Amino acid sequence: MDLYTIILYFFAVVTLGSACIVVFSRNIVRAAFALLFAFFGVAGIYIFLLADFIAITQLLIYVGGIMVLMLFSVMLTSHQINVDAKTGTIQTLPAILIAACVGGGVIWVFWITDWKEKSDLPVIDTTAAKIGELLLTNYLLPFEIASVVLLVALVGAAMIARREKKG
Amino acid sequence: MEFIQTLLANQLVVSILLSALPLVFIILMVLVVLYTEMKVAAHIQDRVAYMRTGWHGVLQPIADMLKLLQKEDIIPTKADKLLFRAAPFIAFTGTYVAYAVLPFSSIYIGSNINLGAFFLVAAGSLVVIGILMAGWASNNKWSLFGGVRSAAQMISYEIPTALAVIIAVMITGSLNLQEVTKFQDGGIGNWLVFGGPLPWMQKLMLMPFTVITFFILFVASIAEVNRTPFDLPEAESELVQGFNTEYSGMRFAMFYLSEYANLFTVSAVVVSLFLGGWSSPFGAFMSGPVWGVFWFTSKAFLFILIQIWIRWTLPRLRVDQLMYVSWKVLTPWLFVCIFAVGLILVI
Repeated sequence: MDLYTIILYFFAVVTLGSACIVVFSRNIVRAAFALLFAFFGVAGIYIFLLADFIAITQLLIYVGGIMVLMLFSVMLTSHQINVDAKTGTIQTLPAILIAACVGGGVIWVFWITDWKEKSDLPVIDTTAAKIGELLLTNYLLPFEIASVVLLVALVGAAMIARREKKG
Repeated sequence: MEFIQTLLANQLVVSILLSALPLVFIILMVLVVLYTEMKVAAHIQDRVAYMRTGWHGVLQPIADMLKLLQKEDIIPTKADKLLFRAAPFIAFTGTYVAYAVLPFSSIYIGSNINLGAFFLVAAGSLVVIGILMAGWASNNKWSLFGGVRSAAQMISYEIPTALAVIIAVMITGSLNLQEVTKFQDGGIGNWLVFGGPLPWMQKLMLMPFTVITFFILFVASIAEVNRTPFDLPEAESELVQGFNTEYSGMRFAMFYLSEYANLFTVSAVVVSLFLGGWSSPFGAFMSGPVWGVFWFTSKAFLFILIQIWIRWTLPRLRVDQLMYVSWKVLTPWLFVCIFAVGLILVI
């Protein structure tokens, strides 16, 4: 057991532990903060998969962007502390079915994937350049579609914000 | 037991010691910056500031630190105790991770990763989590407002910062901060703010845009560290102390430390992207690994000095003005710059 293995398990424990808090906590703000640590743990695991660009993007987009916006909205909507959010159990049957399907899918992918040990892989240290090249050659169409979707979302957000002001 | 011992001997202790090196730097740097800030502020306001502890009060920061260490750690009864306790540590961790990729010299960089510039942008967004957590956990309306303002501000100003970093990366062609600095090595004329070491025609055409980008990055970085004119999260005339109203003793000191460490980080980002990082302004004269540390820190300190000067000169912006500056002034200008720089580089 070397340092790398210990750090890998550390990130795994952080991810799973905070994910458990997200699910079981009755305090919605605490759940949101725990989700943040879950995202952080996942970013750490991406580094072990040699996906450094994805890991930092995870930090930038999820931890620094989406989670902050989520916390922001939770804080604005809740009346200070003691949030009256519904945290009870509803719709047990559909929830169990969907969770079972997702869980089954994840386990299936886990089984069919040809996992490689760390030592088998050559260390690629220019992942960002490779990703950029691929995005502008083989995957140009999905890239452009994603940018159009984002543009539409931006324009839509601006529209909604403006309409609220008038009314 | 055996593997722990070998571990301690081989990797763990060494890693911990190496990663604690910037911490020593931060503490010393914060003492110096605190003293400078108080003195500069005082002289701007026609006062003399500390004069009694040591020569011209040079020992005052140390006395302040010792005082803070002894203060009682007060936690409000109605606060969310766990989050309240955790927040200062998270804020400081968010600040500290950025030091991993700062190129202090040609031979000293915590982690010479290929995505250094990108990592710095991501790390900048981590501090806000600690601030939000503190604002919410204090269970105090001032703190909450401070936290929420801070979140809105950081999210808005992250965009100009990231766009400005993109321009530097477009010209140098690398996200690695060591590479970016090496690209600008060889004298003041090669710094990116003056167009970088390109043929003179391209350089002249690039210069207006790089100067604008440099200026915008500097403005955005002041906003990222929550200092006047962008200190709305603390705004003492409106929110008492903002997100850290309820904090005292060492927990308050952690926020303070984080704020000043962040001040150095953003200055270091500006310096290494646009002002040649550790490279000497005189070409080969006074350059080398040790001089590198000197140039890097002194350039960063110059920016800290300018930020102190701005803080004690300008009034605070209103919230709507803050958003206006970010979304309607800085961001559109950077889009113009990105387009122009791309065009010039292609020609």
